[in-house]
Amino acid sequence: MNEIVILSGKGGTGKTSLSAAFATISNKTVVADCDVDASNLHLILNPENYFERNFTTGHTAVIEYSTCTNCGLCADYCRFDAISFQQGKVTISEISCDGCKLCSRVCPSHSIQMIPSDKSRWYIGNYRNGKMVHARLSPGEENSGKLVNVVRENARKTAQETGWETIIIDGPPGTGCPVISSVTGTNTAIIVSEPTNSGFHDMKRVLEITANFNVKSFVLINKYDLNETITGRIESWCIENNIPVAGKIPFDEQIVEAMINCQSITEWKPESEASKEIIRIWKQINQFDNDKFRTNTIAQIQIKSE
Amino acid sequence: MTDHSKLKIAVASGKGGTGKTLVSTNLFWTIQKAGLPVTLVDCDAEEPNVAEFVSGDVLHTHTVTQNIPVINTELCVFCGKCFEYCNYNAIVYLPDSHFIQVVEDLCHDCGACSVACQFGAITEKKKQLGTVKSIYLNSHAEIIEACADVGVYSPVPIIKKAIKEASNSYLAIYDSPPGISCPFIATIEKADFVVLVTEPTPFGLNDLKLSVETLQQLKKPFGVIVNRAGLGNREVYDWLEQNNIPLLLEIPFDREIARIYSEGRLLAEEKPAYQIQFKELLKAIEKIVQQ
Repeated sequence: MNEIVILSGKGGTGKTSLSAAFATISNKTVVADCDVDASNLHLILNPENYFERNFTTGHTAVIEYSTCTNCGLCADYCRFDAISFQQGKVTISEISCDGCKLCSRVCPSHSIQMIPSDKSRWYIGNYRNGKMVHARLSPGEENSGKLVNVVRENARKTAQETGWETIIIDGPPGTGCPVISSVTGTNTAIIVSEPTNSGFHDMKRVLEITANFNVKSFVLINKYDLNETITGRIESWCIENNIPVAGKIPFDEQIVEAMINCQSITEWKPESEASKEIIRIWKQINQFDNDKFRTNTIAQIQIKSE
Repeated sequence: MTDHSKLKIAVASGKGGTGKTLVSTNLFWTIQKAGLPVTLVDCDAEEPNVAEFVSGDVLHTHTVTQNIPVINTELCVFCGKCFEYCNYNAIVYLPDSHFIQVVEDLCHDCGACSVACQFGAITEKKKQLGTVKSIYLNSHAEIIEACADVGVYSPVPIIKKAIKEASNSYLAIYDSPPGISCPFIATIEKADFVVLVTEPTPFGLNDLKLSVETLQQLKKPFGVIVNRAGLGNREVYDWLEQNNIPLLLEIPFDREIARIYSEGRLLAEEKPAYQIQFKELLKAIEKIVQQ
């Protein structure tokens, strides 16, 4: 099984538009949208015949006021500042509650129940080139990477059942737990950078993660013509650090037009410069000779933060 | 721009890369340029980028820590009560082999295990989660930067600490992390007003709807800025109108703006006409908050 993850660090560099293009170039593909906090890929792939499941992220403490004596012991024990007196009445803030259950354990009148937060969902559906797994984290939940793991497990299961070889993972922004959950166990990472100082900086932080997990990584510079000086800087840095630059895609308003028409750029304008480059990059990455890839060199990179 | 006692504005968006930092840094810079006191708090602790646009001298750096339990195996009777109390699977307990260990990365610092232990075997130590930096720009402008260490389970304690440090400010702007999960909630919780930055594309609109739904549940006043106006379609504008959501400002898509931003420069400094726009933005927010 070949698992390819698309990452960037900084948001808005074009991860999802490129994931959509890759997902519609190759057939018999399983796509996993791991940006469970703000997923968008389904807007282009438009999966059908849904299979839907609940996901429990944690628990929230709720007071049963008919037996509560308003003693306030729970507030003394809570370390998340979630319990306070509001108009003389002990009150739990649903937002601040971390679900540790300590208040429920210490309550002398057993008036606190733990209610599961099960508003998050995950889905499997069919799209035109294969199958897609995605999820929606309920607002205000902790994005610990657990829901990302569920999406990935189900993508793998789907690939095993269908006998398909490729899983494309659209990753979340940032460098936290959900990103780490999206990277572990993958074969290849495509880091989508853009020629901005922040895009360059965040790309380096993500490469640190992929190097730690020994995942072979390619850099792709999106909207490269918006600042060719910074594009040049990114390219030189990649050469110095032995990171292959898979390609450069020009800024193209048609990528937005494609999105509006619920298509990927390679479906919408297959003859455009951007589409041709994306197709070339995808072929190149899939034909890359593993032996030539100097994983050790990559793993040795020490990127100075600041 | 009027005098007001303590206004706190959060700049947020569901989707990443829509222009949160562009808005927060330019609004901050314009206000301080007009001579008013202001603090910018970078709450995007996983990827703090504010300091690329506005910099100054670091006044002090505070570390943010959490408590981690330490189990003294000499006093421990291996009763397993701490294991039972821990709701995060952060304690590994093998009663038959008299083995007990804390998994530090899973600990949420709730204190339940300390309460559980009847034998005085659990004490606590401090573990660093990140830093909060205070950066001096001039006598009336300051930046507070929250920065999470890599691999920390949640940036929330660092964000809360950064916001607390700015609590005496006259006017505070919080640059929020993307998404709608707890780091976003921790940022907007204390704000009087939330500015949502979006772009006129289907992805922008989809994520805007998620943010709006969350803010409505929390009963927070908010308004919207459309960045990269001119790209995409009119759908976001129609939706704002149908839902009576104020459109506070439009920033056009323009290769020159993209270039200024890409190099870590400020739009309001390079194109002074934007100072008027950002002053108008603050006025519009003040008007809504006062209502």
